Amino acid sequence: MEKIRVLIAKVGLDGHDRGAKVLARFLRDAGFEVIYTGLHRTPQEVARAAVDEDVDVVGISILSGAHIPLVPRVIQYIREYGGNPDEILILVGGTIPHDDFPKLKEAGVDGIFIPGTPISEIIRFIKEELPKKRMGKSK
Amino acid sequence: MNVEELVEGILSKKRRFLARAITLVENEHPESKEVLRRIYPRTGNAHVIGITGFPGVGKSTIVSKLTEEFRKRGKSVGIVAVDPSSPFTGGALLGDRLRLEGADVNKNLWLDENVFFRSMGSRGRLGGIAKKTGDVVKLLDAAGYEKILVETVGAGQSEVGILEVADTVVVILMPETGDDIQVNKAGILEIGDIFVINKADLEGAENVERWLKYMLSLDEETVMELSKLSHADEVKLMQKLKWKKPVLKTIADRGIGIKELANEIERHYEVLKKNGILQEKRREKAKLSALELAIEEIRAEIAKRYKDLLDREMDPYTLADRIVKEVLKC
Repeated sequence: MEKIRVLIAKVGLDGHDRGAKVLARFLRDAGFEVIYTGLHRTPQEVARAAVDEDVDVVGISILSGAHIPLVPRVIQYIREYGGNPDEILILVGGTIPHDDFPKLKEAGVDGIFIPGTPISEIIRFIKEELPKKRMGKSK
Repeated sequence: MNVEELVEGILSKKRRFLARAITLVENEHPESKEVLRRIYPRTGNAHVIGITGFPGVGKSTIVSKLTEEFRKRGKSVGIVAVDPSSPFTGGALLGDRLRLEGADVNKNLWLDENVFFRSMGSRGRLGGIAKKTGDVVKLLDAAGYEKILVETVGAGQSEVGILEVADTVVVILMPETGDDIQVNKAGILEIGDIFVINKADLEGAENVERWLKYMLSLDEETVMELSKLSHADEVKLMQKLKWKKPVLKTIADRGIGIKELANEIERHYEVLKKNGILQEKRREKAKLSALELAIEEIRAEIAKRYKDLLDREMDPYTLADRIVKEVLKC
């Protein structure tokens, strides 16, 4: 039976992971298999984990303001390690200014969730958007 | 990716293909059986090491430190870490990977080309591992990983499923997890080839060590006594093995005792190989896994073919008799 696998990642010098942990817990309760990376991961580490764990969704939590350099690098390394970022739903959560949304979307981010987003909204987004991503995926 | 590409990719150690093949096996995708069939002749080269113990004793930390140690010795390492799936939602929080050492650029296990880590949900199977853990180990084996560490779900007194996959079983304990009676109830203690008392700097470590050594000495006596009476295969096997189960102390987060643990793991493997027990154990495992696969298919077939019969109101015993009689006829 197929299971939706999600990687919840903390990238860079940002020590706040309560949100990431709460989200991980809720996604588990929604029936997903959730892998949490722990704090202070580099973009390479997150990308390597995404490819080796063959996840369907990568959720990057960033509260440090460094999303513009870090997030595109995660996507770049996923490709470099042989993964296909077009088959993976890439989400970013955290303190992201609206002005940066277009840049992230252009880099390949599928969904951006700022503080205050209800978790049910994130779950709904994954369930609706993932099947579109999976089209053509040889699972 | 088709079967051809997957097999080719696994055998040439391409991570992306290995990762996808593992997913197919976990999902019991129809193609996965063909992949496993094709790679099977290339398996059997890895040393499979089970790491088990109560929740919180430090299994994941020991896995990380052991990986580091085996890498120092020039071995490639595959890791399968199992965590429990929720019986209600099927979801799982897979939290073993985060203990993997990554901070130091010179020994970053996350990026080491010769380390492959995979998290698994138990997906409804009790016993400490997932139904497909054994097959995932085979994929890593075929991909050429030399040491394969299998970390079980935090296990208690009856999670002995690791025996189905591991050549060497390491049982981790820590101080203050119960008295000598708990130790003598056996459970997972019975399945260990090597015992580790982790967090050995905590008070009470000596007590655990004393009780454990006492229990193991009783085991040896029991084997001697029973061997006079019974011809149980297990007893014969244990005698033939002549392996005195070591008890080690570690403080894993500081790396203390890890080298000694790796030495004992290696030594156990050598003894298994020398006495021919390794082949015997592996034949037994192949037999069991064939039996399990066959039973699974028969079960599915019965559920399909006798659906109507099962819906009828009849006592389960009569129903079972009728099904068995009919199935055995054909």
